[in-house]
Amino acid sequence: MSALLARLVASRLFWPIVMLLVLFTINLIAFPGFFAVTLRDGHLFGSLIDILRNGAPTLIIAVGMTLVIATRGIDLSVGAVAAISGAVACSIILGSPEPANPATVAVAVTVALIISLVLGMWNGFLVAVLGIQPIIATLILMTAGRGVAMLITEGQIITVNSPPFKALGSGFWFGIPIAVIIAAVVFGIAALVTRRTALGMFIESVGINPEASRQAGVRARGLLFVVYTFSALCAAIAGLILTANTAAADANNTGLFIELDAILAVVIGGTSLAGGRYSLVGTLVGALVIQTLVTTVYTVGIPPIATMVFKAAVVTIVCLLQSPTTTEALSGFRRRLALRAGKGVAAS
Amino acid sequence: MKKLIGIAAAASLALVLAGCAGGDGGTGAAEGPKALDELVVGFAQVGAESGWRTANTKDIQASFEEAGIELKFSDAQQKQENQIKAIRSYIQQGVDYIAFSPVVETGWDAVLNEAKAAGIPVVLTDRAVDSKDESLYVSFLGSDFIEEGKKAGQWVLDEYADVTEPVNIVQLEGTTGAAPAIDRAEGFADVIAENPNLEVIESQTGDFTRAGGKQVMEAMLKSNPDIDLVYAHNDDMGLGAIEAIEAAGLVPGQDIKIVTVDAVKDGMQALADGKINFIVECSPLLGAQLVDIIKTLNDGGTVEPRIITEETTFTQEQAIEALPDRQY
Repeated sequence: MSALLARLVASRLFWPIVMLLVLFTINLIAFPGFFAVTLRDGHLFGSLIDILRNGAPTLIIAVGMTLVIATRGIDLSVGAVAAISGAVACSIILGSPEPANPATVAVAVTVALIISLVLGMWNGFLVAVLGIQPIIATLILMTAGRGVAMLITEGQIITVNSPPFKALGSGFWFGIPIAVIIAAVVFGIAALVTRRTALGMFIESVGINPEASRQAGVRARGLLFVVYTFSALCAAIAGLILTANTAAADANNTGLFIELDAILAVVIGGTSLAGGRYSLVGTLVGALVIQTLVTTVYTVGIPPIATMVFKAAVVTIVCLLQSPTTTEALSGFRRRLALRAGKGVAAS
Repeated sequence: MKKLIGIAAAASLALVLAGCAGGDGGTGAAEGPKALDELVVGFAQVGAESGWRTANTKDIQASFEEAGIELKFSDAQQKQENQIKAIRSYIQQGVDYIAFSPVVETGWDAVLNEAKAAGIPVVLTDRAVDSKDESLYVSFLGSDFIEEGKKAGQWVLDEYADVTEPVNIVQLEGTTGAAPAIDRAEGFADVIAENPNLEVIESQTGDFTRAGGKQVMEAMLKSNPDIDLVYAHNDDMGLGAIEAIEAAGLVPGQDIKIVTVDAVKDGMQALADGKINFIVECSPLLGAQLVDIIKTLNDGGTVEPRIITEETTFTQEQAIEALPDRQY
């Protein structure tokens, strides 16, 4: 029993999950109906559904970010790419004679996604071909991208009146938010393609030692290219959901600082920024922790002035608990406790 | 001898400095007024966080173009550090005047002192700064946010004048620390205090954005099922709240009444559609007044330290009438 417990505690996901449960408990105390999910107007309704739906864009971006970070890279441009894709889609819909036609929306979404592929390839080109450090390479698009989005929207917030587009962000399919379904599909595909094939291992090997992987026959260059392109694609999908959520493209605010949330989700999930081993499930938990944190602030009614401090405190606690030094110290403490209780460590 | 030269040098330096300080008076009388097409004005905008702000940006840009004055424009994306950087760069470029809408109220003394030392008059537009030293800027052109909050509060007071039960109000605040957020909350609270039944049960920031308003409202609707009224510090958060209310299966404007500030086109449309109940106008069209201030200063005149923009309020009926002519 205690061996099982020890393994659980040693797991990278232990502390993030504990933190998630703690946040849930805080919510439950502040608002007893927190876990209640009801059916309203034919769709699911409740705080948990809000967390899933509002957390979907962060999760989608974090999935792409996980793979990038596993290659020892980082993609700072995701927020800007999200803004661009939203801006592109909304201006196409606004410019069309039939904004409510699903075909128009399909065209707008497709064009936005294709543009994001080009942007991702640009990042991939800078990192993989020119060998620029990822943080610098993607910083270019992070800064310039928002400017591009501003140019597309001409500095305005573009409001579109298109029910099929709006459904992407706030619609439901069989009662489940469409945004959540999209996030689940992206997550599923990423997990399937990288974990059911050798691709995930290649990504990890490039992250651990690019040179050794190359000599072992892994095409690092092509792999980096694909990973950055995928990250941009994820960012664009998230951008479309964020934009559709309010049916308005806001070049300045869509996906603002979402790159930091995504990186945080990846790190909370136990993937090291130094590259190598990654955990998509960890990223999922990380994204949920971040969104639950935001919802907790609103549910508990933490005053706006204290919000940032509260968030910082929670994130700091998670990171401290997760750090190797803390883990070491905790397990040493447990060993001593076990010895003092007269039980050998081996016996447990 | 060396000492003498040193003293002379120091004296002449002091003279030069005094000369600079003399020029700082803002009268510019010695140089005389510059031709309008030689003037350069630097404007540091908050960002484009709302429809109101973009209307404000457009109006200022159009007014300066019409007047033939060169306008250097920067967008701070709601970050104070970006705005300070922009103002510093204007000082380095040696613009004639600087105008800006401060993102937050505090923390401006250092950069404004730099502008003052460089002899560049500063005009605040739309938002004030919290500084004891009023010599740091020549004028503050903009709305009276406390008054706006009071107008919103007055409508709520009248609407619920005969109510005997508690009225649950939630407030969607603007960016924490921003002047309109602080003042609109204050003015509103002052007025509704007259009726003890009116109670703000929750107040959270929605950062003046639709997405923010929507997310905050979603959470509030879950934890407080009996919300009677939403007071949003701008239209965009109100529009976000409408989405959240509709998603919860309630009717905005009826089940939950909504009062907002700004009166941008999307907000007026929602007001005309009956989804919002009352909007206090906060006019973004202050470009012409700003150009007038710059012209007056350029001609060596003085301007009032506080200039208030003209504003009104809208009910649903008035919105239907006003909507066709709405510019922004």
